[in-house]
Amino acid sequence: MTKKTTLNAAHRELNARMVDFGGWDMPVNYGSQIDEHHTVRQSVGMFDVSHMTVVDVNGSQAKAYLQNLLANDVAKLTRQGKALYSCMLTNDAGIIDDLIVYFLDDQNYRLVVNASTRDKDIAWLEKQAENFDVEINEKPKLAMIAVQGPKARQKVCSLLPDRLGLSAAEIKPFSACWHGEWFVGRTGYTGEDGFEIMLPEDKAEGFWKQLLEVGVKPCGLGARDTLRLEAGMNLYGQDMDESKNPLESGLAWTIAWEPEEREFIGKQALLDTKQQGNSDKFVGLILEDKGVLRGHQTVVLDDGSQGEITSGGYSPTMERSIALARVPANIGETCKIDIRGKLKNARVVKPCFVRQGAVQIEL
Amino acid sequence: MSNTPDDRKYADSHEWALLEADGNVRVGISDHAQELLGDLVFVELPEVGQQVGKGDECSVVESVKAASDIYSPVTGEIVAINGELEDTPEAINDSPYQDGWIFVIKPEDTSELDDLLDAEGYQNLTEDE
Repeated sequence: MTKKTTLNAAHRELNARMVDFGGWDMPVNYGSQIDEHHTVRQSVGMFDVSHMTVVDVNGSQAKAYLQNLLANDVAKLTRQGKALYSCMLTNDAGIIDDLIVYFLDDQNYRLVVNASTRDKDIAWLEKQAENFDVEINEKPKLAMIAVQGPKARQKVCSLLPDRLGLSAAEIKPFSACWHGEWFVGRTGYTGEDGFEIMLPEDKAEGFWKQLLEVGVKPCGLGARDTLRLEAGMNLYGQDMDESKNPLESGLAWTIAWEPEEREFIGKQALLDTKQQGNSDKFVGLILEDKGVLRGHQTVVLDDGSQGEITSGGYSPTMERSIALARVPANIGETCKIDIRGKLKNARVVKPCFVRQGAVQIEL
Repeated sequence: MSNTPDDRKYADSHEWALLEADGNVRVGISDHAQELLGDLVFVELPEVGQQVGKGDECSVVESVKAASDIYSPVTGEIVAINGELEDTPEAINDSPYQDGWIFVIKPEDTSELDDLLDAEGYQNLTEDE
């Protein structure tokens, strides 16, 4: 039985093409996925992301708990509402999930974790909570709408209840504000400015329709995927999973090694891996020949050694095919990709292709 | 609702095959197929002169979502390909039955077309999907 978000009927009214996404019946596109993609880069679009899991961590030891749980350090969060991206690791440093943690105060934090990993995440959060004075409170009655694009703030602020619009207009990137059950983070998964808005489920359809009325275009998970790929943002389950650690997933920057005395789950395994010398690295690829890069295609280096594309696709902004790949560290500036038995030429680049509407790579 | 013209036959793998006046068979993908695939971004065409058997993979269409093989609906020789698709693969989305044709085969035996579905049969198939 697939699960439905509270906006399911609204998507069907808009003739969305629905697919099963990790057990959820979600819109993949409403019309042209490429148009949806361009709208977010150039103007403003919205996504129903209510399938994502919101979990509050409350208690006197909330900070200590999260400092032990996460590879990034919540002690960096000192300003109320500030957000941090982190991996949650196994003892072997495999990535259980990636998440965003918002700082409400030293005893209260909010996590947003992936939908497809919900069950194991909650189990892990609860297991690790045994030794701390904290409560893990999932918030299944919150809907979440991501409004993304250069015009997102302009469109959203006037529609927020009470004085929340005024606060939302003021918050800095990667920060949040809230009022009652409404919670607005200036975060996203597209490489554009915008908000992720959590709100009570029974308010979601009304808010969605207000956004439609002011011209915010509904966008599906298809565009969400091409946008995040262009932004060089990893997708859990494709670019990383429990068999991979952050060092080989392009996420070394999310590990807080300082202060040295902080222990966190997976730290020793990460230190061991570092000492052995990490053999794989995470890169971006641009296909120079015609075709489309896809996940699981083989990357062939000049010396014959091989890597693998973790996610790939067509970049509507660049009108080229791009990919993220895990490859041997000695990769040069170019490589070949095996596409249906033919070797095609690709260029190796930093895995950040488009940000704030602008292409970051020389074409 | 997808459009399914009744002047041609359909394979259950979603290709259409149109027998033309000169006895050749023009091939493309159905409106239903292009809708399922979403925006097309790349087409790998067969080569003119290539011999293909009925059911052989002879072309690939790639959308923003996925790659999909195109199977030849009849046995024969490829005599024309739609080179326009290299620069405008979206023609398949915009005009699946006209401008979005993919290749033309000179068939060995046009009676192979009898094994394909007619428009009504194909429509019934897609309604069940």
